[in-house]
Amino acid sequence: MKIAVLVKQTPDTETKANLGAQGLETTGLKFILNPYDEFAVEEAIQLRDKLKGEAVVVSLGPDRVVDAMRTALAMGCDTGIHIKVSEDELKKLDSFTVAKALASALKQKGPFDLILAGKQAIDDDALAVPQMVAEFLELPRVTVVTKLEMSADAKSAKLRRAVEGGAEEVIEVTLPVLVAAHKGINTPRYASLPGIMKAKQKKVELIELAALGLSSNDAKVTYEKFELPPEKAPGKIFKGSPQELAEQIVQHLRNEAKVI
Amino acid sequence: MTKALVLVELKNGNAKKSSLESIHALASQGVEVDAIAFGPDTTGNKDKVAKAVGGQGAKKLLIADSADLKFYQPDIFTATIAATFKAGGYQILAGSASSLVKDLFPTIAVRLDAGLAPDCVAIKIEGASLSAKRPMLAGKYFATLKFKAFPAVVSLRPNVLTIGADSGQSAQIVATPPSGSIRAKTLEVSGAAGNSRPDLTEAERIMSAGRAIKEAANFKIIEECADVIGAAVGASRAAVDAGMAPHAMQVGQTGKTVNPNLYIACGISGAIQHLAGMKTSKVIVAINTDPEAPIFQKADYGAVGDLFAVVPELTKEFKKLLSAG
Ligand SMILES: Cc1cc2nc3c(=O)[nH]c(=O)nc-3n(C[C@H](O)[C@H](O)[C@H](O)COP(=O)(O)OP(=O)(O)OC[C@H]3O[C@@H](n4cnc5c(N)ncnc54)[C@H](O)[C@@H]3O)c2cc1C
Repeated sequence: MKIAVLVKQTPDTETKANLGAQGLETTGLKFILNPYDEFAVEEAIQLRDKLKGEAVVVSLGPDRVVDAMRTALAMGCDTGIHIKVSEDELKKLDSFTVAKALASALKQKGPFDLILAGKQAIDDDALAVPQMVAEFLELPRVTVVTKLEMSADAKSAKLRRAVEGGAEEVIEVTLPVLVAAHKGINTPRYASLPGIMKAKQKKVELIELAALGLSSNDAKVTYEKFELPPEKAPGKIFKGSPQELAEQIVQHLRNEAKVI
Repeated sequence: MTKALVLVELKNGNAKKSSLESIHALASQGVEVDAIAFGPDTTGNKDKVAKAVGGQGAKKLLIADSADLKFYQPDIFTATIAATFKAGGYQILAGSASSLVKDLFPTIAVRLDAGLAPDCVAIKIEGASLSAKRPMLAGKYFATLKFKAFPAVVSLRPNVLTIGADSGQSAQIVATPPSGSIRAKTLEVSGAAGNSRPDLTEAERIMSAGRAIKEAANFKIIEECADVIGAAVGASRAAVDAGMAPHAMQVGQTGKTVNPNLYIACGISGAIQHLAGMKTSKVIVAINTDPEAPIFQKADYGAVGDLFAVVPELTKEFKKLLSAG
């Protein structure tokens, strides 16, 4: 089985937003492997170990994203494909262009039987690139997946995906397919020290975005303006007996905030 | 004139309010809006739905129904919407950023060779240009996106935009044959039955509890209070990780992003990742024993006290108030 895992390097969740003319200032930011992508990497490694074959990690971005790829390689992926763009160019790309680039690299290096991704990147929370990659490759896709069960012949899969209200959809699909992983699908392993050492030797192939015939000119949307959320005025703090507290809350919700 | 197609979702046979928000957002800016809805549920309730969408300014209600569409089938939805969009000469596809739309719209955007602005909190149409504002990095900042050209695919965060006064008009019902063939087939939906509380992401009121609730059974006191005010029930990750609540109830960066009119946080400290999921709530109430808890800095109303004592009193007060009218 030939598996591709799409990963993104994102700012750490504790990041404080420093805004410049082009959006978030990236200098000095701490970056991590997008937490949802860890589930995709783990799923890829487990399937590769079970079914044999290879797990290829793919990422788009400036040189710094290779750190996130090394994390995936240290966890157990076999090789990597890095689609390189400059920090400035990256800020001008939209989901459409990123997905088109990833899809065209996958086409060049494929075909892949299974493409895995995290369901969402925690920086722009768009939940878009995985589905777009699948569409560019004309493949079916299943997102927000909490369970992936491969058939015995590894030609089809049964999946569960989380939807609103705590419900789950059960889906059946024939491979090749793109699967966007959600929390709960597995428990991602930590990279071991020998894993980290080995990862340094693993091959990461470099492809320039331009070599795929793409640039920020292909973006369908541009980012025009960036702003911080308005500060909230300080609230009221009540003290007293439980009954007094409840009365205060309810009275303010009714008479001041007018939401009850 | 700019034309938009809005995907309308149903719950219990009614058009979801969040879908109506999308219609109003566009119709109120002079866009000609048609609505499209899928499935047997839609056919069975078509007059009701036509009135609801028409009241917000939709001219037509396109209904795509077939036996296949008892469940959400992304391949059929994609093919049908793309074909309808092209044939109808639309420029904008819009809908509420529900779990269905978040899954569906990116695929349709590529099929239409269009850009995507997902989960937006504001949308502005000026002539042939569309811009939309959306939260980035879990709401730490906002970016305004501008489409270079139509077609544009946009989803709007539920509960942010309002609906308008009902115009009394009804939309013209038009049957639209579904197209496309199923590759990834939804066989069944499990797990949601029996829950009459609203969905977290669409709820106008939410009551959440954190680690302080100690065990799953104690959620009962939160639920009792929530039911009095028609609120959904949420949880912090600490409560979810400790097995006191299912992940579907988690609010925060790695859970649901919610945007209710009222959010009541009980025994939740207010970690940045929790705030990321709920800080845009219009009114925030915090109940916490620790006067230094960070949640109090975000709360409009804070009560320093034990949730096990305050919440039952709160239930009583809400009952008193609401029975008095
Ligand atoms: C990558 C990442 C993603 C995360 N995503 C999320 C997320 O999506 N959602 C989320 O919630 N968290 C998330 N977290 C975890 C977050 O950092 C906090 O650990 C978590 O929100 C804390 O939950 P809590 O407030 O219930 O527990 P605690 O922080 O332990 O707070 C419990 C609070 O209850 C109060 N208390 C105790 N007893 C009582 C009582 N009897 N009555 C009233 N108050 C009482 C205490 O004073 C305290 O303030 C994430 C963390 C990381 C690193």
